[in-house]
Amino acid sequence: MRRRPAILVLEDGRTFHGEAYGSVGETFGEAVFNTGMTGYQETLTDPSYHRQVVVQTAPHIGNTGVNGEDDESGRIWVAGYVVRDPARIGSNWRATGGLEDRLAAEGVVGIGGVDTRALTRHLRERGAMRVGISSVDDDPRALLARVRQAPQMVGADLSAEVTTAQPYVVEAEGAHRFTVAALDLGIKRNVPRRLAARGVTTHVLPASSGIDDLLATGADAVFLSPGPGDPATADGPVGLAREALRRRIPLFGICFGSQILGRALGFGTYKLGYGHRGINQPVLDRVTGKVEVTSHNHGFAVRVPGADQGAVVPDQVIETEFGGVQVSHVCLNDNVVEGLRAKDVPAFTVQYHPEAAAGPHDADYLFDRFAELIEGRTHSEGRTNA
Amino acid sequence: MPKRTDLKHILVIGSGPIVIGQACEFDYSGTQACRVLRSEGIRVSLVNSNPATIMTDPEFADATYVEPITPEFVELVIARERPDALLPTLGGQTALNTAVALHSAGVLDKYGVELIGANIDAINRGEDRQLFKDIVAKAGARIGVADPTGLVPRSRVCHSMAEVEATAAELGLPVVIRPSFTMGGLGSGMAHTDADLARIAGAGLAASPVHEVLIEESVLGWKEYELELMRDRHDNVVVVCSIENVDPMGVHTGDSVTVAPAMTLTDREYQRLRDLGIAVLREVGVDTGGCNIQFAVNPADGRIVVIEMNPRVSRSSALASKATGFPIAKIAAKLAIGYTLDEIPNDITLKTPAAFEPTLDYVVVKIPRFAFEKFPGADPELTTTMKSVGEAMSLGRNFTEALNKAMRSMETKAAGFWTQPDPRGATKEDTLAALGVPHDGRLYTVERALRLGASIAEVAEASGGMDPWFLDQIAALVELRAEIVDAPVLDADLLRRAKRAGLSDRQLAALRPELAAEDGVRTLRHRLGVRPVYKTVDTCAAEFEATTPYHYSTYDQETEVAPSDRPKVLILGSGPNRIGQGIEFDYSCVHAVMALRAVGYETVMVNCNPETVSTDYDTADRLYFEPLTFEDVLEVWYAEDSSGKAAGGPGVVGVIVQLGGQTPLGLARRLKNAGVPVVGTSPESIHLAEERGAFGSVLARAGLRAPAHGMATSYEEAKAIAEEIGYPVLVRPSYVLGGRGMEIVYDDPTLRDYIGRATDISPDHPVLVDRFLDDAIEIDVDALCDADGEVYLGGVMEHIEEAGIHSGDSSCALPPITLAGSHLAQVRRYTEAIARGVGVRGLLNVQYALKDDVLYVLEANPRASRTVPFVSKATAVPLAKAAARIALGATIAELRAEGLLPPTGDGGTMPADAPIAVKEAVLPFKRFRTPSGKGIDSLLGPEMKSTGEVMGIDTNFGHAFAKSQSAAYGSLPTAGKIFVSVANRDKRGMIFPIKRLADLGFEIVATTGTAEVLRRHGIACEQIRKHYESGAGEDAVSMILGGDVALVVNTPQGSGASARSDGYEIRSAAVTADIPCVTTVPGAAAAVMGIEARIRGDMRVRPLQDLHATLRATR
Repeated sequence: MRRRPAILVLEDGRTFHGEAYGSVGETFGEAVFNTGMTGYQETLTDPSYHRQVVVQTAPHIGNTGVNGEDDESGRIWVAGYVVRDPARIGSNWRATGGLEDRLAAEGVVGIGGVDTRALTRHLRERGAMRVGISSVDDDPRALLARVRQAPQMVGADLSAEVTTAQPYVVEAEGAHRFTVAALDLGIKRNVPRRLAARGVTTHVLPASSGIDDLLATGADAVFLSPGPGDPATADGPVGLAREALRRRIPLFGICFGSQILGRALGFGTYKLGYGHRGINQPVLDRVTGKVEVTSHNHGFAVRVPGADQGAVVPDQVIETEFGGVQVSHVCLNDNVVEGLRAKDVPAFTVQYHPEAAAGPHDADYLFDRFAELIEGRTHSEGRTNA
Repeated sequence: MPKRTDLKHILVIGSGPIVIGQACEFDYSGTQACRVLRSEGIRVSLVNSNPATIMTDPEFADATYVEPITPEFVELVIARERPDALLPTLGGQTALNTAVALHSAGVLDKYGVELIGANIDAINRGEDRQLFKDIVAKAGARIGVADPTGLVPRSRVCHSMAEVEATAAELGLPVVIRPSFTMGGLGSGMAHTDADLARIAGAGLAASPVHEVLIEESVLGWKEYELELMRDRHDNVVVVCSIENVDPMGVHTGDSVTVAPAMTLTDREYQRLRDLGIAVLREVGVDTGGCNIQFAVNPADGRIVVIEMNPRVSRSSALASKATGFPIAKIAAKLAIGYTLDEIPNDITLKTPAAFEPTLDYVVVKIPRFAFEKFPGADPELTTTMKSVGEAMSLGRNFTEALNKAMRSMETKAAGFWTQPDPRGATKEDTLAALGVPHDGRLYTVERALRLGASIAEVAEASGGMDPWFLDQIAALVELRAEIVDAPVLDADLLRRAKRAGLSDRQLAALRPELAAEDGVRTLRHRLGVRPVYKTVDTCAAEFEATTPYHYSTYDQETEVAPSDRPKVLILGSGPNRIGQGIEFDYSCVHAVMALRAVGYETVMVNCNPETVSTDYDTADRLYFEPLTFEDVLEVWYAEDSSGKAAGGPGVVGVIVQLGGQTPLGLARRLKNAGVPVVGTSPESIHLAEERGAFGSVLARAGLRAPAHGMATSYEEAKAIAEEIGYPVLVRPSYVLGGRGMEIVYDDPTLRDYIGRATDISPDHPVLVDRFLDDAIEIDVDALCDADGEVYLGGVMEHIEEAGIHSGDSSCALPPITLAGSHLAQVRRYTEAIARGVGVRGLLNVQYALKDDVLYVLEANPRASRTVPFVSKATAVPLAKAAARIALGATIAELRAEGLLPPTGDGGTMPADAPIAVKEAVLPFKRFRTPSGKGIDSLLGPEMKSTGEVMGIDTNFGHAFAKSQSAAYGSLPTAGKIFVSVANRDKRGMIFPIKRLADLGFEIVATTGTAEVLRRHGIACEQIRKHYESGAGEDAVSMILGGDVALVVNTPQGSGASARSDGYEIRSAAVTADIPCVTTVPGAAAAVMGIEARIRGDMRVRPLQDLHATLRATR
């Protein structure tokens, strides 16, 4: 059975031919590539991919079908999906269905049979850019015109589109130790899960919440979630973070959350050429000197004065209005800032994904660090009060 | 953590001869290690007995000892070299075992040698099964696995049938039964039914002296995975590669079709394997370097069981390195001297560090190559004992593309699906039934079952657990096949889809007979513009720019072949290792690369064997990991030639086919006809040497003698020839390598039987019938010939066994040990005449037999032979390099002038005091069993059976031979019992050597007839009955099996088939008991000289560099 033809057109005009995959239709977004060899279900349901068309470099996608356990949110978020060889069947003991059916059911327009390596090389050389996929119009020129009308990622404020409508609570496993209020800018399910495993109850709140909403939950600490969009637009969350810093509330953030901390500390953020999206990225923990293999999904990064050109001095402390800050982690591939640690206030963040899902668990210890930070804080406060 | 500065001198141990389970992947890893260490300014000493390796080339180490890898000899090397450290993790189990033995014997302490890259405790923890089980449970507990005891197969010790039944009920059938304290696992088995359980466990309880059996859950049929990991001394760990076996648990991973990366794991499941692998690695305490861990995963619920780990670079690491572009051995060597992963740059991107995990945007498939046809009687069922002799790997942009490419890389009669007819009358039912027994080519059976209408579920069930995803991929091919067969015409779209699925022109031709075979398909394909593109292996799925041109073909939109205007030379490799075509040919190919790079050519390597040095992307300027079929080679040539010309250069100026053995040689004529510039000996000349009639004319013109012979296409013709020339005759198919199908026939019935078995016989493929020269001395010559017809004798080797034993299996000495000067002169004259008569441009190998002072030409091969590396090392002359240069137009005179060849003299004029080099073959009999579990016959004949070779080199034959035996089989005995049973015709020849052994203090035990003869010559001996003779007391077979015998001397009585049956029980007992077994008179004489040398105990070691300097000084 032959599939319907489909085309993919990049905003610079480069065109790829393939076959319809998932839903038949047309879609637009920012073209980005992900190099993970496993974890397509987690990738598809990661809110950070909102408005992005994801190119999978792994050629076979869908081999294990989809299951009821691996979603990282309530739906598929990618704006479009580009693969080389879609699986005809999913085979896994946990599978509850096939991937293509799921894509079709959620209206996700994809394209298969594409020379994804050529496309990836193109994006690597020219940078992430807008793209359109169509399995209803086979005229590349017409599609190109529509691609050029699609919105850019720079300047996109997307938190409101991905955040939870209502607050919800993820209970601690076992004995309750702490309460954390998480600002949902596009959170993944595995974050509260990793916290729960450490006796943390997480209150997840909508992106529009203020610091008082967060603290009203009785939170011991604040968590800034990952999520899509340009951090330069996140004035609300940045203000919230500054307030948390001012009040010395323990704070941890991941990915977008790390960019927000960076901005709250007064640093800038910038868009990377083609970003980091994969689960094999080497990150150096500059405190321990150890390398962890980590899961990444970021198109923006924090620009630390004097530290963004690969010249990060290990012990360099940058003075900010909230005291000294260190670059705690860097990516060894390109020296991008991957972690920040405040010395004088209880706050640290990482640009990558210690919650993994998908990806290796090497950075799981960061949740322990967060728990220790909260513990140290509540403990010392207890003493002060006494 | 930078490099250690206290290590100035490191001893590297290689893996010795190629054997099943330990092949040339360790040449690849060892060569990398030597290169890395030397580039760090460290002095490298090396021990490896295998002359066919690149690592034992004198330029790869500072001191190269081609000496046996035994504690005894390695200690001699240590005493002489006094290294700071020993690196044992790159030479397979052989190196690791030797290091452990040296440690246990206190040798390392005595000489102050530090073990690096491994520690003894970790090695022991990895190898001891019970210890390992505990470690896995501990590691599992540490990372929070809910039931860590479930990470190893569940089991219980039982003392009664009631307990056995209760345990089996709990674990579920099948279960494995292992009786306690029985010899060699006697009484073990697998129970699939209650009846099996009652029978096996009942017998097991009875057989166990403590009335105890272990009932263990079976993981047969579970999914099987491997992870390749690396750890540095800062405890950074990365997973280099995941590998999934298409064959589920029950088939050794070396014998399984495997895929990288894992195809059927979700991220959660994959990360669980990764977490466990890292935890086990840490718990075992692997110091630094590579390690490999195997897992079984229950397809029903995802439960993981850890099967085993290897705390060293392994066969899979070579595969993983080639599959990912991450050079495990190279990195392991750097880690061993103190670097950490983040300090080592990624070889391919140069800009990113090695502290990452490679990600693939292609699929890799490895298929094992078997050689059951060489071992009649051996059980071809695939089990947990590895039986394959080689493998091919392929890369594609999807699974079926990689699979189809790997299948056609096998060099077997079937070159992928549909290229051979189905077995007559195949039905769905019997095809499904056949799937139940794992066998070579099981995927062909899968495809047939699906094509005959079986469902994926039926095939999954019948195959004992192949994953439905893989089966669906093959089902997609079956559907595509139907589309291709049914399509009115093969249009561009369908053709492109077929190529994207990996189908070859030859497969398509089989489906579309109207297309005038493969050539017709190719013509159509080119007309429609359907040609492959070439992608790059870059470790990072294109995230970063790659600097290394390591390519594979696929049918996609964009090609990545970088234009280059330099003159290019394509070197075709030898494909999967098999008996008769192994590492020796890879050696020659690598040498060609080195020689041609040195004079400015851009070298392009084409090969599909992941174990080799030639497929290291560091070897040639460009590497194409491709099948060596006409289609695939032609496309590579086209891509390189056209991109070179487009860049304004000359493109491909030559394709070298004569160094990779028979595989590329067989392509020569078609390539030339397609306009490819085949250089070196021309296809016409190749034909002159290979086609019997043409070669006969060459000999006749030069007045050279050959054994009387004829060609037959039927029994009647063969019989007439045999009558005319007289029995015994040597019969064989034309155009073979490794003596495939070659037999010595003594009478009409055996001849009739042979012709009956030679099913392929046809006028195009006649059977050759040669007079067999009994008791002749066989001589092997490697020579070079240039365009001027000047001949350089590379080396003249005298075989130790008489003619009739395949040259690849017989031991030989260089320089020849008994030939007279007049013989050598005759050999030179003959060789020159043949080289000129055939028109050789490069290497030529000739085999002669000398009988009654008359020299006969047995055969000539116009290509690099198996002995080229041996000769090169024994004479200090790089023959393959010279051959490559000659192929591109250099003359011998020029090469002498520039110093690649000696200024004067050659391998036929070795100085009188030249060291004697002995080559000994290594045979794999131990690996095989008959279906009933008996050893197979170790008798040698004209069909080659050895997998590898070793070299012993010393000042005299006795010492050199003793070294060769130590290297090949463990040392010759110096005391104990020798069992002798020889054929009547050998009794005279045996008296002297056996007498000498008796004088040396050995106890002689002989069978009746032999004992009588020995006693009459005053040799005291104990008489023992043969196993089939009635009588009291022990028989010969049980004595050998009992381990009481140190050496077996047995020559077969009679002739032909009856010779095989005569001593079979004795020889197979020797194989089972792992005792040296001599089967010829000259072999026995050589053994005596070796034993004497050992008893004298004056063994010395000397590096090749030293020996070569001495040799060069004489020229």
